[in-house]
Amino acid sequence: MSDASIALHRFGLGARAGEEIPADPRTWLVQQIGAYRAPLSGAGDVPGSAAVAAQLAAFYDQQRALREQYGPRKALKAAAATPPAAPPAPPANEMGAAPLPPPMNALAPASGAAAQPVMPDPFADARKAAARQARQDYAVMVAARATSALTTTTPFIERMVHFWANHFAVSADKLQMVGLAGTLEFEAIRPHVLGSFADMLNAVERHPAMLLYLDQAVSIGPDSEVGRRIGARGKRKVGLNENLAREIMELHTLGVRTGYTQADVTEFARALTGWTVAGIGRGPGGMRDDRDAPGTFRFVANRHEPGDRTIRGKAYPAGGEAQAAAVLNDLAADPATARHIATKLARHIGGDTPPPAMVDRLTAVYLRSGGDLPTLYRALIDSPEAWRDPAPKFRTPWEWTIASFRALGVTTVRPAAIVGLLNQLGQPTWKPGQPVGYDDIAGSWAGPDAVMRRVEAAERLATRAQQQDARALAPRLFPAALSPATSTAIARAESPSQALALLLVSPEMMRR
Amino acid sequence: MLDRRSLLVRGALTALASGVAPRMAFAKAETDRRFVFIIQRGAADGLGVIAPVGDPAFVSQRGDLAADLVGAPRLDSMFALHPAMATTLGLYRQGQALFAHAVASPYRDRSHFDGQNVLETGGTGPYQLRDGWMNRMLSLIPSGEARAIAVTATVPMALRGPHEVASYAPSALPQASDDLLQRVSMLYQGDSQLHGLWSEALSTRELTGDLAADNGRAAGATGGLAARLLAPANGARIAMIETGGWDTHTQQRARLTANLRGLDAMIGALRAGLGPVWDHTVVLVATEFGRTVAVNGTGGTDHGTGTAAMLIGGAVKGGRVLADWPGLATANLYEGRDLKPTMPLDAWVAGAVAGQFGIDPARALTGLFPGNAGAQPVTGLIRA
Repeated sequence: MSDASIALHRFGLGARAGEEIPADPRTWLVQQIGAYRAPLSGAGDVPGSAAVAAQLAAFYDQQRALREQYGPRKALKAAAATPPAAPPAPPANEMGAAPLPPPMNALAPASGAAAQPVMPDPFADARKAAARQARQDYAVMVAARATSALTTTTPFIERMVHFWANHFAVSADKLQMVGLAGTLEFEAIRPHVLGSFADMLNAVERHPAMLLYLDQAVSIGPDSEVGRRIGARGKRKVGLNENLAREIMELHTLGVRTGYTQADVTEFARALTGWTVAGIGRGPGGMRDDRDAPGTFRFVANRHEPGDRTIRGKAYPAGGEAQAAAVLNDLAADPATARHIATKLARHIGGDTPPPAMVDRLTAVYLRSGGDLPTLYRALIDSPEAWRDPAPKFRTPWEWTIASFRALGVTTVRPAAIVGLLNQLGQPTWKPGQPVGYDDIAGSWAGPDAVMRRVEAAERLATRAQQQDARALAPRLFPAALSPATSTAIARAESPSQALALLLVSPEMMRR
Repeated sequence: MLDRRSLLVRGALTALASGVAPRMAFAKAETDRRFVFIIQRGAADGLGVIAPVGDPAFVSQRGDLAADLVGAPRLDSMFALHPAMATTLGLYRQGQALFAHAVASPYRDRSHFDGQNVLETGGTGPYQLRDGWMNRMLSLIPSGEARAIAVTATVPMALRGPHEVASYAPSALPQASDDLLQRVSMLYQGDSQLHGLWSEALSTRELTGDLAADNGRAAGATGGLAARLLAPANGARIAMIETGGWDTHTQQRARLTANLRGLDAMIGALRAGLGPVWDHTVVLVATEFGRTVAVNGTGGTDHGTGTAAMLIGGAVKGGRVLADWPGLATANLYEGRDLKPTMPLDAWVAGAVAGQFGIDPARALTGLFPGNAGAQPVTGLIRA
């Protein structure tokens, strides 16, 4: 591959039809660091977390009102003389899971209620309306992300946004996450993509999407005021949920097996108690008052576990919200975090097996710069391992879709269409299903069926594309890097649209 | 113009000529045994599925989560099966379902990702082995039967390795035209990775006919799809299905019920779809580790250690729960919080594979789980 082709594809998001080929590829990448503008926060009709949270809060209010009017939903169903022993319905926020879930993960069959005679069910109607709204918000956000990737003048920085959003993954599975998932990228990742890792980390861990996704919003210190009050009633067990604390250490900062213990996780979970979300943080002692707008980060002192904490041998004196923040800042500065981040960046650009020298260098740069992200990006561009042949990365479905649209000169997408396409290709946006995010190795994407789906999609995209001559387009997309096999296949195609389809599934397009 | 079938034949001939054809079947006689692994990603709560209701500490330890289980159908004097698994219960009563409890892989920490890596690679620690135990299984069984498929869009870790494995999941995209498929074959000829993937994709598509229109979103449809890939005489002998949603940190009662209903439907569809082949089938259901014995503050459970696993199918010598029960009293728990593992999952899986394919149990254990060769494979799991 030529340097220009590497800059366009490996660092960027793929070459765009009609765009000039960068004369000096490295300079072209470096200047993007200065030119990037975080565009998507509150842009146009893209809802933010405040708007999504307000809708969720309204939905929860509506449910409470319905329960007051009808009693619990189960009672309503029993009154309708349903068949005996109907199993308990999944809780409200588990239902309308998500737009078109990927086929293999949707284990739970569609709602059990569907099979029964149709009775008016105001609970189900309210839930359906909320799920519909969430899916619509989700689709608008996916389309905004795609449009930004298709039109950006700083595709390398845009790639870094996608990288960090996957590093700090949330998943649009439960109803409340469907609308919120994308807002984490727009509000906590994009504004900090050229800042420090510590700033991004602090923004992410305070964002409502993360607090809800990893159950932090319902974690209560057992010895906090709320914990003791509920404990004294003796009816319900309340307490710690260590999910966020564990994943911050394992996934967001230090990395798995880096020397922290179960006790460290539990201590960190205690320090994090009180960090929650106004208006939509559910569960015992949930936030009912509305001093803050729904979705706002809130530190609730009477849910915070009192006392000093010891984490990885270091004491953190009692200090309310600042206690966990101090832990976060120490985690961000830790050498294990530096190596973890360096490894993932090196894997993203240098290859599935990160070149060890590249990892060492990036680790040193991270520590020397205090986790300054632009400094890390410059070090990536300066890495000789990043400019080698052959293309080391198999494109993910998202990367392939964006690169294909860019190649065809597409600049706008229909929300429902882009969501559907990414689902079918096997990588629904912001929906990896687990907090580790999507894998960044070929083994997870280069499957027989995955390739077949790309071929099917390519044929459809090519049919709809504006008239483009693939013979002229191909050498511009891959300057001095087009293989004879691809040129020949394109030249011999039976139609312009078939030539485009072959270009989109060529080995050059499948990898970067 | 070539149709897909002749394309396939041509692809096979090309492969033969270049010496990379699948190994030909000689020596051993073929049987019609089938093996399916349903992986439960996210750490399924074994105590909530096969519940030790006869343990005196069960109700006090499990609090609200005991409610669905104390009245659930009993399997024996100790265990009850979650009521959402009615089909599976029927199979148990017919002697076609066997459960193991207090089992664990060699992995003892609590990371999903490391735990799944150990469960799928069959190593004794994460990232120690680079291929999956199901791929190594393909070397152990008669080569004429060494055809495996992942009922997913990509191949999961357990099936990755030197043996070629197909993958298939239903797609709503319109099928590409035959002419384009043929040209793509030519385009990929010089690219070893894409050529291999593409040959697999074409042969799988051939096998499934018009299934692409099916939307397999529900678990039952996935089970039915897997059955269609397994049932034909020239179909796959080994399949893997991925399921998720088991990481029940919150509101476990409802979520586990819904998930188990789906799993039960998947098993029912496999049995129905396999027809007479079901008699020669073993379905393994297993997860990376269990969950805490105590309920957390949010109606769920956190990452734990020991859990339950299942073998289901006409070939299974079932109607039993195998467990060297460690007890749920706090003093008996692993690290004071988790079900203590008393049987290595590896020994159990190796015993099942050995019984199913007529392999010497010790050889199965060494081949599948090379780091765990000192363990004693559990025998007598499969009907002769």
